[in-house]
Amino acid sequence: MLSGDFIPLDESMIPLSEWISDAINWLVINFRDVFQVIKAPVEVTLNALTTGLNALPFYIPIIVITLLAWRASGKRLAAFSFAAFTLIACLGLWEATMTTLAMVLASVMFCAGIGIPVGVLAGRNPMFETAIRPVLDAMQTTPAFVYLVPIVMLFSIGNTAGVLATIIFALPPIIRLTCLGIRQVHPELIEAAQAFGASEFQVLWQVQLPLALPTILAGLNQTIMMALSMVVIAALIGAGGLGSPVVLGLNTLDTGRAAVGGLAIVLLAVILDRITQSMANK
Amino acid sequence: MDFQKEKVVVKNLYKIFGSKSNRAFALLEQGHSKEDIYQKTGLTIGVQDASFTVHEGEIFVVMGLSGSGKSTLVRMLNRLIEPNAGSVIVDGKDVTQMSHDELVQFRLHNMSMVFQSFALMPHQTVLENTAFGLKLAGIDEEQRNRRAKEALKQVGLDGWENASPSQLSGGMQQRVGLARALAVDPDIMLMDEAFSALDPLIRAEMQDELLKLQQQHQRTIIFISHDLDEALRIGDRIAIMQDGVVVQVGTADEILRSPANDYVRSFFKGVDPTGILTTRDIVRNNHPTLIITKGGNIPATQEYLSTSDRDYCYLLTPDKKLLGVVSTESLREVAELASATARLSDAYLQDVPTLGLHDVLTDIQPVVASSPCPVPVLDDEGNFKGVISKSRFLRILHKPERIIHSVQEAHYA
Repeated sequence: MLSGDFIPLDESMIPLSEWISDAINWLVINFRDVFQVIKAPVEVTLNALTTGLNALPFYIPIIVITLLAWRASGKRLAAFSFAAFTLIACLGLWEATMTTLAMVLASVMFCAGIGIPVGVLAGRNPMFETAIRPVLDAMQTTPAFVYLVPIVMLFSIGNTAGVLATIIFALPPIIRLTCLGIRQVHPELIEAAQAFGASEFQVLWQVQLPLALPTILAGLNQTIMMALSMVVIAALIGAGGLGSPVVLGLNTLDTGRAAVGGLAIVLLAVILDRITQSMANK
Repeated sequence: MDFQKEKVVVKNLYKIFGSKSNRAFALLEQGHSKEDIYQKTGLTIGVQDASFTVHEGEIFVVMGLSGSGKSTLVRMLNRLIEPNAGSVIVDGKDVTQMSHDELVQFRLHNMSMVFQSFALMPHQTVLENTAFGLKLAGIDEEQRNRRAKEALKQVGLDGWENASPSQLSGGMQQRVGLARALAVDPDIMLMDEAFSALDPLIRAEMQDELLKLQQQHQRTIIFISHDLDEALRIGDRIAIMQDGVVVQVGTADEILRSPANDYVRSFFKGVDPTGILTTRDIVRNNHPTLIITKGGNIPATQEYLSTSDRDYCYLLTPDKKLLGVVSTESLREVAELASATARLSDAYLQDVPTLGLHDVLTDIQPVVASSPCPVPVLDDEGNFKGVISKSRFLRILHKPERIIHSVQEAHYA
């Protein structure tokens, strides 16, 4: 009985899409300077990291990562890291890997810089937490392709735009887990600190943050993983690094090339994951 | 011990949980019950019109069942919970009126707290935990470690400084909690069910420890407990809370003798009264006494004793000081042996012990048992008040309820 004849659902009754397009255009025209200001610190950090990592002779990052893996976890992870990085170098993906590493590091630094304070605030203030929760949900679930175009319009293409997209995607876990970590601290401990005359700041610094640290590090680990998973998508808006061989390989139906890029991403992900996880468990 | 200086004065303290708590005051004034008010407004009365005074140097136990508001009450003393009305005056200064900074200073230096759940920082060592309050007070590391070590030594935990709290047993963890509270050298310690989470043996051990510490350095301690035995054991005075109201304040003895209501009475039902009742409660003045002015007269005393149907006579000075005790037997011996020069004092029984008015029954048992005659009881000035005989003592031990009843009735009458 009910059919498309009655209710023309394929016709939008609210022109939301037009409104959004108009709003973005208006932002691009009127607030270009604001977005350049937002972009600047990310750009500076990213460029410094990229230039720095690429300027190093290839064996230095290998040694550093191997030692880091050894300290954080043990011989097995150190051996694995050494082998994986040597393989990446032999595959001719060294520069791309360093670029990706720089992008991941830059996004994680900004995610931690924004996410931990916001998470702390949310952990201590339930109203604020309720307010930001839908925003976090949107950041995590909105398909990246939806905000890639506005990002390009606002920040143009390239590595920096890629990092900005990555920050949006990878920020929620560290906020959520910081918030969780702060709220998991036993109320008696906070009460005890207050009873002995601790100020709000001392409660935060001496009790809540140290006790929330393992959870915050777990959040950092998740953020790193999500940042790595954005690498390929960021390559769609002209970001370099390991995403480009994958995107290029797909566009030219060069499966082998895409697979090699994918392999390097996986190896990098495994190493970063194990290292940060071992740190969190300590 | 002089407990008379007022240390903490709590006046008309109220805590009402919920928003717009003022609505509850009007209803309370109209005499509505706690349940009534909850039904009408959704507000919970935590503490209602609590007033009491804690004297300097005493252990003041606040006792009640869970939910009676005792934990809320103690948290209002250092404003971990803000009272809705009333005042808490410590050394003449109203804590409820303190600014935030004053309150922080007060918590840093005057009042520390021991928690039921120990509330030790799991990320810090035993030493760091003990020095926690000192660190907050801005004391440099060397000095605070020294003071923390001292405090740990006081509670018998020297050598454990670098352990983590999770390596310690419950009793040891609470010793750290106690050391943390002692380290800041407060004049007042709040102890919120501090020993309730420990098993009975350890609990008793900690109570003794606390009493020992109290002997070395007398602090004012406000101790929250739901355990009457604990209250009787350590408390100088006890406040009993019921549904947020302080229903009675007094020494164990006073409360036992005249409980304010059935709730209080039921609390004391299982208690062994011989640990609380004192000689004052069972002393009897049912033996003959004779006031002696000039050396006394043996035949007259013999005559007096024989008419009284008792075996012992207590000889007193005119101002009621005890001179000695004679028995029918001792009088006869003296009269027969040396009738010419005999004086009444020759007939005095040897090794007659005496008891004070405030001696607890459990403590006097050996005295009563070994005495040659019913034991005379003297008050603080040394005046004779009566005697306690073996048979009376045994009867009390056998059926202590009877004496409590008779004492209570005497108070009601």
